[in-house]
Amino acid sequence: MAAYVVRRLILMVALLFVLTAAVFVLFTLLPGDPARLTCGKACSAQTIEANRHRLGYDQPILTQYEEFLSGLFVGRTFSADSPEPIVCNAPCLGYSFTRHEQVLTLIAKAAPTTFWLAIGAFIMWIITGISLGIFAALNHGHWPDRLVMGISLVGYSLPSFFIGLVLIFFVVIKWSWLPFPSYVSPFDNPFQFLQTMILPWIVLAVLNTAFYMRLTRNQVLETLNEDYVRTARAKGLPERTVVVKHALRAGLTPLVTAAGMDLAYLLGGAIITESIFNLPGLGALAVSSVLESDLPLITGITLVTSTVIIVANLVVDLLYAVIDPRVRLA
Amino acid sequence: MTTETREILRVSDLRTYFPVRSHGLIRRVIGQVKAVDGVSFSVGSAETLGLVGESGSGKTTVARSVLMLVRPTSGQIVIDGQEITHLSSKALMPMRRKAQMIFQDPYNALNPRHTVGGIIGAPYRIQGIEPPGGVRAAVQALMERVGLNPEHYNRYPNEFSGGQRQRIGIARAVALRPKLIVCDEPVSALDVSIQAQIINLLRDLQHEFGLSYLFVAHDLAVVRQISHRVAVMYLGHLMEMAPRETIYAAPLHPYTHSLLSAVPIPDPKLQKGRSRIVLEGDLPSPINPPSGCVFRTRCFQAQERCSVEVPPLIEVAPGHHVACHFPVATLPAGVGTARAMPETQPGVPVRRPQPASGQVSSAQLDCLPADGRPDFTRLRPRVRVGRSL
Amino acid sequence: MTTPGRPAEHPFLEIKDLGVAFPTEDGLVRAVEGVSLSIERGRTLAIVGESGSGKSVTAQAIMGLIDRKIATVTGEIWLDGQELIGLPADDLQALRGAQVAMIFQDPMSSLHPFYRVGDQITEAINAHRSIRAKAARAMALEMLRRVGIPAPERRIDDYPHQLSGGMRQRVMIAMALINAPKMLIADEPTTALDVTVQAQILELITSLQDEFGITVIMITHDLGIVADVADDVAVMYGGRIVEVAPTGVLYAQPEMPYTLGLLSSIPRMDRELSVRLEPIPGNPPSPIHLPLGCVFQPRCMYSDRVAGGACLSVRPDLLATAAGHLVRCHLPAEERRQISQGVLNVLAGGS
Repeated sequence: MAAYVVRRLILMVALLFVLTAAVFVLFTLLPGDPARLTCGKACSAQTIEANRHRLGYDQPILTQYEEFLSGLFVGRTFSADSPEPIVCNAPCLGYSFTRHEQVLTLIAKAAPTTFWLAIGAFIMWIITGISLGIFAALNHGHWPDRLVMGISLVGYSLPSFFIGLVLIFFVVIKWSWLPFPSYVSPFDNPFQFLQTMILPWIVLAVLNTAFYMRLTRNQVLETLNEDYVRTARAKGLPERTVVVKHALRAGLTPLVTAAGMDLAYLLGGAIITESIFNLPGLGALAVSSVLESDLPLITGITLVTSTVIIVANLVVDLLYAVIDPRVRLA
Repeated sequence: MTTETREILRVSDLRTYFPVRSHGLIRRVIGQVKAVDGVSFSVGSAETLGLVGESGSGKTTVARSVLMLVRPTSGQIVIDGQEITHLSSKALMPMRRKAQMIFQDPYNALNPRHTVGGIIGAPYRIQGIEPPGGVRAAVQALMERVGLNPEHYNRYPNEFSGGQRQRIGIARAVALRPKLIVCDEPVSALDVSIQAQIINLLRDLQHEFGLSYLFVAHDLAVVRQISHRVAVMYLGHLMEMAPRETIYAAPLHPYTHSLLSAVPIPDPKLQKGRSRIVLEGDLPSPINPPSGCVFRTRCFQAQERCSVEVPPLIEVAPGHHVACHFPVATLPAGVGTARAMPETQPGVPVRRPQPASGQVSSAQLDCLPADGRPDFTRLRPRVRVGRSL
Repeated sequence: MTTPGRPAEHPFLEIKDLGVAFPTEDGLVRAVEGVSLSIERGRTLAIVGESGSGKSVTAQAIMGLIDRKIATVTGEIWLDGQELIGLPADDLQALRGAQVAMIFQDPMSSLHPFYRVGDQITEAINAHRSIRAKAARAMALEMLRRVGIPAPERRIDDYPHQLSGGMRQRVMIAMALINAPKMLIADEPTTALDVTVQAQILELITSLQDEFGITVIMITHDLGIVADVADDVAVMYGGRIVEVAPTGVLYAQPEMPYTLGLLSSIPRMDRELSVRLEPIPGNPPSPIHLPLGCVFQPRCMYSDRVAGGACLSVRPDLLATAAGHLVRCHLPAEERRQISQGVLNVLAGGS
């Protein structure tokens, strides 16, 4: 197990290494001059050249990449020869010259919003999705099953921007039940936080609930037909034990994988939802960094979100081995 | 067997190993599953060689290796005069015209999205052969021959029963008039009343087309019905090979004796008077097989020599090969003998004889360490869903 | 069935006119119809048939394992004087595993992959009585030893995937017998196992049966296993019983053409090789569209010998042809015996 984790961690580092390289190459090959973007429209050629040198964009790409990597581990200093050098301590993900801020600081500012958005929605859809899915499976073929499946179909076919806009239009604009969303930390103003987050949570949860209802129902139905469930009944166990201990435990295990990965993806930013509700999260930050061709920021966000996903993948695999004794990690 | 016939298949010293990797940080190859470990046999023209063994014996790996569906580790395979183990996948294509396979599971071996006509006609298309009269006519003639209604040309496999699906598989296999067909448990998934239909069909096709069969199965009664010669495998090795009459009537290897004694005979007068040789324990690990004779850990004949010296496969009588230091012509007293029982009254329950002393009891079993074995039982289910938010 | 000469008392298990039907999208599946059976205490009844014959459904009906929300179950099942079909779910549950236990075809999929075998056994104990965990574990250990698991104190904490196929079936048997049931239903218990392991398991079941005095229902498709273990045999086809006889009688004087067909289609090692297998032509009937008359008629070689085409239009009844020997066939008994002897002669290698 320990050897497995170590091997996975080594693999993870290698993967991130390749990933940063890929991102670096990709954005350098893209049309557009990053130095040109560092100053406004009325920018002289000399300023651009000066900036290019100051930011290191005149260096060969390999050197740029080297500096980026060393920044991660030992930190680096931008514009070292200027009167106001920018010191970026390790782990330095880079410095955004469009925003004049360290990438890490930008991400750290945006991350909590995305975190709360993801966690809240996740809890919502896991509870509703799994319980409704189980409910449907236990009433297979009868009206509760059909109702749940019908709801799931509707929920699944509604695009999230549509639900978001409809909710804003009615709940916020037309009926004024909630103020217009404006993010605050739950530690500063819990009430306003909830007022802001409830709609985005619902939007994200609707789609996932629909999906998890279906997944749970099918998983549970499948396990209810397993031979070992029949064995449990043949032993004379009460139906509740048969369902909970024998069918659900095995049936819900694959959901760990799905749930873990879905949460990880969401932690990387929910682009549409964040945009609709004007939430300053990672998704929104990623979108604007791309629009502004902010290479350091794009690289930083890519690195952080992929780390989250890779770590989640490892955690899910380890969890799975804990739940299912047949899985041997090697 | 009749006169010496031409060899269609010759397998010499076939070894097929699968690597086993360590669980450590660097996944070194720490051992090998010796699925097939030095097996030699041949199949003559229009002859059936039955290959029997229990799970883990390596019989299915032999079947797959012969057709190069699994690359053997070493050894030679000669099909109709051509050595094939060194050929690339592309160079194997002409060989596939000569040698075909019939699979165990008629439910999974056919692509559910293809029509029966498409499935049976596939060999023509793959090999680029245009049969006289066209593919459709040829396929329909084949369907008729194997007992399918040619009008069902455009139907899909799920519209057929298990027996009919196996007929589809057989039609596909014989489409190119191969010389050799490797049959991997072709009837074990079928109901008994259907099994006989398929066995008879295979025999008829053999006479009609002069086919050779390598017939891999675990059911000794089925193998007896169809084979001219029978080879018995255990843990990757051939234990005994002999003409059919010899192997069933006068086996020499203790393992063959055990197998034969374990098959219940469908006649209560005979069966209730028999006692069987109950083998001790389970199959040893193929990663770390016993030294010497691989069967010695469960053998009632085993002596010290068996753990030291690997018994070679020796021809003890014309066509009768045995790999055993202490072959058994007649069973020792109390072991697997058929006993005369008094004629029983209908309706009176028959009590089996008590196990004689000296007979191995099923209670003294030993067991291999389960962790030594690879666990192929189930791959981790993974749910992957791509959705954008 | 009642043994000749014994005073008529109620048999240990008696099934009267059992019917099980499942509605499906394609129509009503009549899996079992009009099944009547009885078994005396301590005996072994084999139910033999091919897939779709209704043999497993019959077993599950006895266990009360048929989901009443989906299927309709009709008829009566009397176990030791108690009627089971009308029983409330709670009573049925108390009975399962305590009075009647069951083992299944595939011991790998029948054991829960997530729980240790010892825990699965103690769970069966706790389902029926209150007992301290330590005592339950000791019981499980003792039972594992009795079913021939070597070093049971080590194996008790193994997961099912760590055991071999034969060991898993032994664990299933230990779990089934842990509450000392009066009856064991074995549904194809050796079909997934190798022939030498099958021999071990059959030996084990029969020796435990002698030891505990259990009544056994052995469900199988293998006429060799029937010959080996059964006192009586019921042959099922198309959801109904077509022939019942003491084992010796069934093999020596079978009367139903389907039974004859089975006996002539199986390859057997004690038979002359010159005898060609005579398969039963065609395929088993669909349980949705059963033939109107005798369910076996479309595959029967002798149905044209019955006057008036009764086989095509009239369902034959299961009638006694001798004491303890029941046959469901329109052919006159004389003619059946004649046909039967002819077929058996051919099989024996005669003319």
